[in-house]
Amino acid sequence: MTRKILSAIVGTAVLGLAAGTASAATLDDVKGKGSLQCGVSQGLPGFSNPDQDGNWSGLDVDFCRAVAAAVFGDSSKVKYTPLSAKERFTALQSGDVDVLSRNTTWTMSRDTALGLNFSVVNYYDGQGFMVRKDMGINSALELSGASICTNTGTTTELNVADYFRANKMDYELVAFEKADEVVAAYDAGRCDVYTTDQSGLYAQRLKLKDPGAHVVLPEIISKEPLGPVVRQGDDQWLNIIKWTHFAMLNAEELGVTSANVDEMKNSDNPSVKRLLGTEGEFGGAIGLSNDWAYNIIKEVGNYAETFDKNVGPDTQLGIARGANAQWNDGGLQYGPPIR
Amino acid sequence: MALQDVSQDVGQPKVAIFNDPKVRGWVYQVVLLVAIVYLVYAGVQNMFANLAAQNIASGFGFIGRNAGFAISQSLLEYSQAESSYGKVYMVGLLNTVSIAFIGVILATVMGFIIGISRLSHNFVVRSVATIYVETFRNIPLLLHIFIWYFGVLRLLPQPKDSANLGLLGLLNNRGWFAPKPIPQELFFLTAAAFVVGIVLTFVISRWARQRQGKTGQQFPTFFAGLGLIIGLPFVIFLISGLPLVFDYPVAGAFRPKGGMTVIPEFMAMLLALSSYTAAFIAEIVRAGILAVDKGQTEASHALGLRSGPTLRLVIIPQAMRVIIPPLTSQYLNLTKNSSLAVAIAYPDLVSVFAGTALNQTGQAVEILGMTMLTYLGLSLLTSAFMNWYNARMALVER
Repeated sequence: MTRKILSAIVGTAVLGLAAGTASAATLDDVKGKGSLQCGVSQGLPGFSNPDQDGNWSGLDVDFCRAVAAAVFGDSSKVKYTPLSAKERFTALQSGDVDVLSRNTTWTMSRDTALGLNFSVVNYYDGQGFMVRKDMGINSALELSGASICTNTGTTTELNVADYFRANKMDYELVAFEKADEVVAAYDAGRCDVYTTDQSGLYAQRLKLKDPGAHVVLPEIISKEPLGPVVRQGDDQWLNIIKWTHFAMLNAEELGVTSANVDEMKNSDNPSVKRLLGTEGEFGGAIGLSNDWAYNIIKEVGNYAETFDKNVGPDTQLGIARGANAQWNDGGLQYGPPIR
Repeated sequence: MALQDVSQDVGQPKVAIFNDPKVRGWVYQVVLLVAIVYLVYAGVQNMFANLAAQNIASGFGFIGRNAGFAISQSLLEYSQAESSYGKVYMVGLLNTVSIAFIGVILATVMGFIIGISRLSHNFVVRSVATIYVETFRNIPLLLHIFIWYFGVLRLLPQPKDSANLGLLGLLNNRGWFAPKPIPQELFFLTAAAFVVGIVLTFVISRWARQRQGKTGQQFPTFFAGLGLIIGLPFVIFLISGLPLVFDYPVAGAFRPKGGMTVIPEFMAMLLALSSYTAAFIAEIVRAGILAVDKGQTEASHALGLRSGPTLRLVIIPQAMRVIIPPLTSQYLNLTKNSSLAVAIAYPDLVSVFAGTALNQTGQAVEILGMTMLTYLGLSLLTSAFMNWYNARMALVER
């Protein structure tokens, strides 16, 4: 009996202590652990996808590597946590991951009601539809009455609902927990349409039995700004995430690549000097060393390099830069100046 | 607990109040209770404090808010334009309950047949039943679900070459599109006749049992019941001028329109759950029958009862007492296992409420709390019913 009371008291004490550890400096945690814990998808070619040996690659993975390069000077110090669409926010809230880099759409409710902060947009996307070519459908407006396969726990469910409602069309929604089952069910003919972010459609199409027999319809029915997410209440960490992306954008704009970054250190251009830390003390202001951006570019590359390597026109996905081009090239990517 | 009172047997020695085992027992219990209550209170307080500190929304205000997403199977009137998260909860709950209820019935019927077959004297029947049990019991349920689902999808034709089942509607990989009965004005007479038939059958079977107890005369209760429950409403239905029209599904551009739909996810889930659980029930039934002493069979054979009546009237009633308690666990398992439906897009409670609704509102604590309480409630209801049934079936000693 006494032992029971004792354990009850100990239990209460432990609970009481747990209340105090709600927020701490993520940067210190990461440095203490010696690696960055990064939440990624369960396998989306081009964004975050493991190969046979368990090595992750993709645009979102490169972002994690860039953060690790900025913090440690070593882009390999990342551990990946594959998360389903449903689990991702809870994993970040509870501190299981330090940053969520998992093709996650920035919406107001996610940014405000979940205790999370969206940082930047590293890929401008929009939701699209994929159908079989032999159905002879050229526009999403011909889809009234169709069965639509998608993932649960995503904004796509709501976008489809809005789109079909606005166009007074009827549909059947078949929502699976994992993307692999969505692909399998669509491939087995359960649905006429597969909907998700357009980049995802191009990526998942590669997993179909006959990718050539499917076509992505031209309509984009939503804005899907995808980007990394962090917990609220840690401005320093938020700044590191933001400026990691901006450093990659500025590097592209200034023509600094992983190949020429060492030469560029001797550049006379003051913007390049500030970026690579040969002038000013910008790294210290966000709690990092002064060569933080140099490490990112040296180890991972600038934005154009990661884009072209993972999703660009020469990859299997074959996605054009489009909205993700630099601002002076007709796109939306715009890195604020480092000064 | 320290409540056992032995002091009375040895007279009443004088002890200080804090040495009285009875008082001490009570004090310990009260202290423990207070500690537990405080623990729960502190835990809940701590959770709310943390949620507030992290700026995570909390409270049940979301229940009334518009959900805005579609659900592929709904037993209630559900519209994505107007229905709230509360409605989503109800739809999910009904989908869970319906799959669990039908699954339990199917699994029980299949389980009894297979369990009895395992004891058959016929080698082939016995072997087939054994193979069934060993195969189905030893493959994880999630695999069953995937096999059935993708099996069902592959077997069924594409909508453009739907199988026409004539009066039963259309069948393709979007589901079974059955004709939807629409009752006309006078249909209530048929429904009333059905209820009357059930009541009369109940009365007659009571009377027949009492008469058989007194005089030994038998009455064909089964056929009388069949006539009353099916025949009577049918006659009324004919007389009142067939007051039922059917809305037949017609082939559409994508899937057939009209009628009512049984989605393939439901079929696959039902097949997987019931075939899997049936294997366990079969073993329980076999164990229950084997638990009845062999002398009972011999005695009833000696009385001139054939195998069928022996099984039905002598063995099974006694076996039921052994079968019911573990059977209850299987029913509970089946109900809880139905939450795996999320893997194949069957819109059960976990999928639509603890899945989509949770993701859209972000209120994990409230939604998971509600979901857990719901499963707890369903399980408690099931076991309450089974306990009542068990008490009824228990051996009444005279």
